[in-house]
Amino acid sequence: MALINVKTKEIQIKIVYYGPGRGGKTTNLEYINHNYRDRIKTEMVSLKTHDDRTLFFDFLPFDVGKIKGFEVTIQLYTVPGQAKYNATRRLVLRGVDGIVFVADVQKEQRKKNIESLNQLYENLKTYDLNIFKIPLVMQYNKIDLKELDIPILSSKIMQKDLNSQLRVPAFEASALTGGNVIPTLKKVITMTLASIQDQFF
Amino acid sequence: MFNIKQLNAIDNILKKNLISSGIDHVIFMDMGGNAIAKLDNGTAKFDSTAFAALAAGNFAAVDAMAKLVGESEFSLLFHKGEKSSIHFNKVNDDMLLISMFNKDISLGLVRLKVAATIKELNEIL
Ligand SMILES: Nc1nc2c(ncn2[C@@H]2O[C@H](COP(=O)(O)OP(=O)(O)O)[C@@H](O)[C@H]2O)c(=O)[nH]1
Ligand SMILES: [Mg+2]
Repeated sequence: MALINVKTKEIQIKIVYYGPGRGGKTTNLEYINHNYRDRIKTEMVSLKTHDDRTLFFDFLPFDVGKIKGFEVTIQLYTVPGQAKYNATRRLVLRGVDGIVFVADVQKEQRKKNIESLNQLYENLKTYDLNIFKIPLVMQYNKIDLKELDIPILSSKIMQKDLNSQLRVPAFEASALTGGNVIPTLKKVITMTLASIQDQFF
Repeated sequence: MFNIKQLNAIDNILKKNLISSGIDHVIFMDMGGNAIAKLDNGTAKFDSTAFAALAAGNFAAVDAMAKLVGESEFSLLFHKGEKSSIHFNKVNDDMLLISMFNKDISLGLVRLKVAATIKELNEIL
């Protein structure tokens, strides 16, 4: 749940990038970190293994300016994607306000995307959060692989697999080149701020 | 959500018990990684936003380890450095108190002061 400090006039919002391992969550944050330096006060924190896999989380605080006199900071987190790290994934979801689900459009990742989304549903339930109610944006990432003739899933199939019931906004993206990284971020921020205004103001 | 009266009281308790006893930095934060109150004695600054996120992760990980070995919790943690040390203590199920101090002050005193602080904090939360 967002933290609202009436004394310092600050609001801290937590947005988590969730999805299967190697889908491009960390790459999203790296792109934001490189391209929005002026809004980022600190270094990106990445807790990773020696072979560059996310071990616990990546963390990037991001300023969005003032809303109703409150200075708003968005804290972006990623979860570790590997199956064995579900306990840490759940820890990162604590206090989450909005989620980007980063799915991998490669054909061979189809099952992993669905499993990861199902696990997100279960993990949110442990915090009494409902996947149908929390601000959520879908990102179908690595769309650039089409150019390399790597078999990918069409957005129609992605929508059917992941978004037929949720019906949340969805973006095709290429985190590696930055395609639709910022529109995804803006969408989830807009939705999350709207939901926080509904809850508190 | 804390009201302004509570936030002022929190600041006062932290200042009176901890900062005035020689502790360099104090962060009162939630388990989600958000700092609610930050106080320091004016010495070296550091990135407290990232620190709070990492501290929450650290505490959550140790808490999960406690459960795995059949402990209900490890309610405090202590990391010792060459020049400064960090003491983490649970205030309640949602809140954490972090104290950073240098060699001039003993761990015993810190523990004593932190215990008193937590008692006072729980009276107003
Ligand atoms: N072709 C392509 N590769 C990507 C894209 N996004 C991420 N990758 C690559 O996929 C791998 C895993 O990305 P990473 O961000 O670490 O995934 P995470 O496990 O979800 O954090 C890395 O080698 C990235 O360079 C993309 O949009 N297109
Ligand atoms: Mg990663």
